[in-house]
Amino acid sequence: MAGAGHQVSIELGHFALILAFAIATGGALGGYLFWRSGRRIAQVLSQAAILQFVLVAVAFLALIQAFITSDFSLLLAVNNSHSLKPLIFKISGVWGNHEGSMVLWIFILVAFGAMVAAFGRRLPNDLLTLVLATQSLLTAAFTGFTIFTSNPFLRVFPAPMEGNDLNPVLQDIGLAIHPPLLYAGYVGFSICFSFAIAALISGRIDQAWARWVRPWTMLSWTFLTLGIAMGSYWAYYELGWGGWWFWDPVENASFMPWLAGTALLHSALVMEKRNALKIWTIFLSIITFSLSLLGTFMVRSGILTSVHTFASDPTRGLVILTLLALVIGGAFFLFAMRASSLRQGGLFAPVSREGALILNNLFLATAVGAVLVGTLYPLLLDALMGTSISVGAPFFNLTFGALMAPLLLVLPFGPMLAWKRADVVAAAQRLIGAAALTVFVTILISALGGVSISLAPLGLLLGFWVAFGAIAELVDRSKLGRIPLGDSLRRLMGLPRTAWSTAIAHFGMGVTVLGIVATTAWQTELVTTMNPGESAELSGYTIAFDSFGKQPGPNYMADEAHFTITAPGGGTRQTMADRRTYVATGMPTTEAAIETYGFSQLYLQLGEPLNDTHVVRIWHKPYITLIWLGALLMALAGVVSLTDRRVRVGAPRRAAKLAAEAAP
Amino acid sequence: MTGMRALRALVLAMGLLLSSGALAVSPDEVLPDAAMEARARAISAGLRCLVCQNQSIDDSDADLARDLRLLVRERLVAGDSDEQVRQFLVDRYGEFVLLNPRLNDHTLVLWIAAPVLLGGGLLTLFLVSLRRRPAKSAPLSAEEQAALDELR
Repeated sequence: MAGAGHQVSIELGHFALILAFAIATGGALGGYLFWRSGRRIAQVLSQAAILQFVLVAVAFLALIQAFITSDFSLLLAVNNSHSLKPLIFKISGVWGNHEGSMVLWIFILVAFGAMVAAFGRRLPNDLLTLVLATQSLLTAAFTGFTIFTSNPFLRVFPAPMEGNDLNPVLQDIGLAIHPPLLYAGYVGFSICFSFAIAALISGRIDQAWARWVRPWTMLSWTFLTLGIAMGSYWAYYELGWGGWWFWDPVENASFMPWLAGTALLHSALVMEKRNALKIWTIFLSIITFSLSLLGTFMVRSGILTSVHTFASDPTRGLVILTLLALVIGGAFFLFAMRASSLRQGGLFAPVSREGALILNNLFLATAVGAVLVGTLYPLLLDALMGTSISVGAPFFNLTFGALMAPLLLVLPFGPMLAWKRADVVAAAQRLIGAAALTVFVTILISALGGVSISLAPLGLLLGFWVAFGAIAELVDRSKLGRIPLGDSLRRLMGLPRTAWSTAIAHFGMGVTVLGIVATTAWQTELVTTMNPGESAELSGYTIAFDSFGKQPGPNYMADEAHFTITAPGGGTRQTMADRRTYVATGMPTTEAAIETYGFSQLYLQLGEPLNDTHVVRIWHKPYITLIWLGALLMALAGVVSLTDRRVRVGAPRRAAKLAAEAAP
Repeated sequence: MTGMRALRALVLAMGLLLSSGALAVSPDEVLPDAAMEARARAISAGLRCLVCQNQSIDDSDADLARDLRLLVRERLVAGDSDEQVRQFLVDRYGEFVLLNPRLNDHTLVLWIAAPVLLGGGLLTLFLVSLRRRPAKSAPLSAEEQAALDELR
C-alpha cells in the first residue's frame, strides 16, 4: 500500500527530529556557556531556534502525510488510523496518541522559540541568549524523551493492509481543535519560564522584563482559556450526559496552569507598572510552566491512573517523572540560590491597585494549592498509608467555591483603585450603581426562577456583580452621564486597549459564573422510554419521537432516532440522536442531539433499547452556553490586550533609545 | 496498545467508559415516590462508581453502578436515612466509595489544606507589610523636628 516516496518521507521526518535534538542540545550548551559573549551568540541561537522549528515541522508533516496516505508501514498509523476514516480525523489522529502528541507538543515548543527569535531582536543580547538557551534545553529534553522512549517513526514489516482505527470517541472535530489549543497554552508558558530562568542567571530583572514577558503570558493564557473551554464543550456534547466539568485529575491538571497563569498575568502587571512583586512574579512564571508540564505529563507517567483501570508503561513513566523532577527541581534550585539577589521595588499602601492584585494572587494561588492537594492527596495517602479515599466533585465544588466567592466579591474594586494608595470609599461610590443593579436583578431572577438550591442567589449575585462591575468601570472611565454623550463615547473609544481588555475579561468571568449558576440551579431532566410516534414534554418543550432506523456511516453503523421538538414559543425543529458502532474496533459511541434556544440548550440522548422500547434522556439546560461564551469573551480580552500598542515587544528599548537621542 | 494511551486517558478520565453505550439511570430503576427518587439521585451523585475512572454511580453506565443505584433505592425503600444509606455502602466498600471524603484522621490534612494556605498567605502579607512600614515612615529625628518647627 505504501509507495516508495512515503517511506522516504517517514525516514526524512525521523532524521529531521534527531537533527533537531542535536541542534537543541548544542544550542543549550553553547548558550549557557557563552551568554556573555554578546551579539554573535544571540544570533547563532536565534538561527538555531528557527532551524529547530523547520526541522520539527518536517518531522510533524512527515507523520501527517503518512496518516493521510494511510501508510501502514508506520506503526503509529497502524495503531491509530484506518483508510476509511474521514480526512480531518486522519490528520487529527496524528496527535490522538502518546507519541504523535509528543511531536505536536515539541512542534509548538519550537514554534514559540522561533517566535522569540523572530520578534526578540530588540531584547538585550544576554537575555535573548539565555531565553533561547533555556528553550533549547527544553526542546532537547523532550525531543530526546520522544526519540528514545516514544518514537513515533517506528516501522512495521510487512505492513498490514488496514489500520486498527482511532478510538471512536476521538473521531471528532474536538480532537482537531482541543489538543493544539491546550498545548499552545501549556507550551507558551515555557517562554515565561525561560525568561524567569534568564533573569535568575543574569541577575537582572526590571520593569522592561515584565513588559517583555506579559505579551507571552497573555498569548499563552488566551490559548489555554480557549483550550479548556473547548475541552469542556467537547466533553459536554460527546460524553452523552451533558456534564461540562468533572473535577477529574486530567481536567484539574489543565486548570491549575490556567489559575497560576491568571495570577501571573496580574502580578506581571504590578511588576510592569510599579516594579514591585519581582520575586513573586519569577516564582509564578516557574510554577505556571511546571504545572503545565505536570498537566501534560502527569497523566502519561501513570501515577494518576495506575491505581485504576489503566495499564501503563513503567519505564516511560519513570523517565518522564525524572525529567520533570530535573526541570522543575533545577528551576527551583536556581530560584532558591538567586532570588534573594533580586531587589524589591516600589512601595505601596495595602489599599491600592497593587494591594488588590496581591489579594487576587493570594486567592488564585490558594486555589491552585487546593486543587493540587485535592488531586494528589488520594495518591499520597494510598502510597503512604495504603488507605484509599476518593476526592471528587463535591469536595472541589466546596473548597474551590469557597475560595472564589470572596475573590469575585472584591474583583470589581480592583480596577477602580489607584496605584500606590487608593481611597476605598471613593471606589465603592463609583460601584454603587452596579451594586444596586446587581441586587435588583438577583432578587428579580430568584423570585421568577424559584430558589431550587440555596446557594443559587449568592451565585447569581456574584456573577452579576462581576459583570456589572466591569461595565461600571467603562462607564466610570468614560464619564458617561457626567459629560455630554459624544465626549463620553470619544473617551470610551480613546481608552487604552488594556482597559477594554480588563473590562471584557472581567465581564466574561461574570458571564461564565452566571451560566454555571443558572444551569446548576434550574436544569431539568427527564428519563423515559419512548417508541416512534410517542412524545414527551419537558420545561414547556414537546419532544416527538418521529422515526428510528439504521444508517451506515463512513467507518461505522448508526442507530438513528429522529425527533421533532416544539419550543414553548411555537416553532418546530427536526433533530437526530444516534448510537454508533465502529467497524474496526466494535466500540460503540453515542451522539447526542443538542438544540440551542437563545442561551439555553435542549439535550437529547438515545439510550440502549429496553424491552423493545428506546430509553431517551432529555435535559433542558438553561443558559448553559453562557459558560463557554464567557470563556470566549475572556479569550477575546486576551486578543484585545495583545493588540495594544504598548504591548509591543521592543517598546521599552525603543523608548529608551528615543530618550537617549532627545537627551543631549 | 500504548499508542492511544494519552488521549484515551483523557477521555476515560473525563468519565466515559467505552464498554457500553447506555448511560446512567434507566427508567426501570426509577422509584415511584418522586421525593424518595430525588433523595436517591442526590445520594448517588456523591457515590463513586468503583470500577470507573472518576464517575459517580449516577453518571455511570457500568453494571456495578446500576447495582449500587438499585441498592441505594432498596435501602431507602426499607426506611434508611440518607446517612444510613451512605454508611451501609461505606461498611461494604470502604471510604473509597464516597466522592466527598469525610473528615477523619486520614483526611484532616486534605480538608485543612486550603484554609491553612489562605491563612498562611494572609499572615505572610501581614508580616511583610509590618516589616516594610517602619522604613517608609521612620520617626523624625530631634534635629529634623526642630527644623520642621522652625518652618512653621
